[in-house]
Amino acid sequence: MTRDEVRQAIIDILGDIAPDEDMSSIKDDVTLREQMDLDSMDFLDIVMELRKRFNIEVPESDYQELVSMASCIQYLQPLLKDHQLAS
Amino acid sequence: MDSEQRIVITGIGLTAPNGNNLQEFRESLLAGKSGVQKFETRYVGKVLAGICDFDTLKHQKKKELRRGTRVGSISIYCCKEAINDSGIDLDLIDRSRVGVYLGVTEHGNVETENEIYNISKYDYDTKFWSHHHNPRTVANNPAGEVTLNMKITGPHYTIGAACAAGNMGVIQGLQMLRLGEVDLALAGGVSESIHTFGIFASFKSEGALAEHEDPVKASRPFDKNRNGIVCSEGGGIYVLERLTDALKRDAKIYGEIVGYATNSDAFDFILPEPGRQAECMRLALSKAGLKPSDINILNAHATATQLGDIQECKAIREVFGEEKGVWINNTKSFIGHTMGAAGTLELSGNLPAFKDGLVHQTLNLDHLDPECHLKNIVSGKPKKLDKVDYIMNNSFGMFGINSVLIVKRYEN
Repeated sequence: MTRDEVRQAIIDILGDIAPDEDMSSIKDDVTLREQMDLDSMDFLDIVMELRKRFNIEVPESDYQELVSMASCIQYLQPLLKDHQLAS
Repeated sequence: MDSEQRIVITGIGLTAPNGNNLQEFRESLLAGKSGVQKFETRYVGKVLAGICDFDTLKHQKKKELRRGTRVGSISIYCCKEAINDSGIDLDLIDRSRVGVYLGVTEHGNVETENEIYNISKYDYDTKFWSHHHNPRTVANNPAGEVTLNMKITGPHYTIGAACAAGNMGVIQGLQMLRLGEVDLALAGGVSESIHTFGIFASFKSEGALAEHEDPVKASRPFDKNRNGIVCSEGGGIYVLERLTDALKRDAKIYGEIVGYATNSDAFDFILPEPGRQAECMRLALSKAGLKPSDINILNAHATATQLGDIQECKAIREVFGEEKGVWINNTKSFIGHTMGAAGTLELSGNLPAFKDGLVHQTLNLDHLDPECHLKNIVSGKPKKLDKVDYIMNNSFGMFGINSVLIVKRYEN
């Protein structure tokens, strides 16, 4: 996956978890929680969806890597390098 | 009775398979409009069910819907509609003095079945089991979702009482008001039962699941050709207040709960026992200081099972005999069995009779089973009465749990 595709994969997950939010206005360098109504159960949903969609395990010690879009991309791109974005 | 102890219904919120508010529901009942339709459920396949089509986004965000349960959504819809109907502004009252008491037949089956189905796609690896499972399946889930949505900080819980649960929710609310534990009760019953395949499969195995080529003819209480229950979802929730509080704010009053009773058959897991059912009706009459002939409308519980209907009719005959002024109807013939919601939903459909004097009919009663003979079953069309002063509602459930409510017309 390219950087843009990784970003899109994260947007797809967030869109399902927070369906009331406007995904088009997300700023990559601001924490997700500052921009969206997300709580700890939602972050667990992100972890679950990464597991289900891409077979990726995010250990609890790495949860902090999911704090913003930019950090998500940086953390996930190496893990998703061999994946295709589902069409 | 001290008016502080007199409890009245001042708001109604409901969703039924044939109406999403009292007016729609009542119109359907008077027009003979059923809410039963074809439905497909996991593993069991094609069945019949009563399905509600209320606007789930009227009072909830998409995220709340995703995280919560179907019954939580039904509960929120009904509680919000009930409060709106009552004219109470929650911003102007002490929310710590509001209680939420919801009757449920069962809870957690839907959510557990969904998770098992989910992990079946991952070779039953439980690391794919959702972290939402516990909050979705705790027994207080439906009432808890209401408190989150409405920011109510008083007590909340569900009352597990099989198919007697709707009335039991009301009884609980009434008791808490009388005890002074709360000043306002959101009380009634809810059900998401059609979303568990297990309820259909279990009734089918028991030989008690209704079948008919025409869905609207499937639910046939008291009819010779009845062949079982139509499972339905729904919710019926009341705003209950002390009469003194209702009068202070010049509230619309649907009726006063003057009698209630609950008891146990102590007889069988599923088979009803008419002697105890009769006792329950008599106890409610006694608490209300009434005799059987005072009741104008008796809304029967009958679910269209072979034995259940016969047993309830025995109980009704034992209490009411050949009373000429007691008119009997059955709401499940329209909407199927809404399980935990049945008591309050079915009572709700009759409350407008205090104003219009109409007893809605019992649908699909083409050939009365002689063993279900009762003096005055209303069928074919609604029956107009000169005046309706008292309505009795029966609601019975598995393990022989019986509940009866009596509501009186309120007049200043």
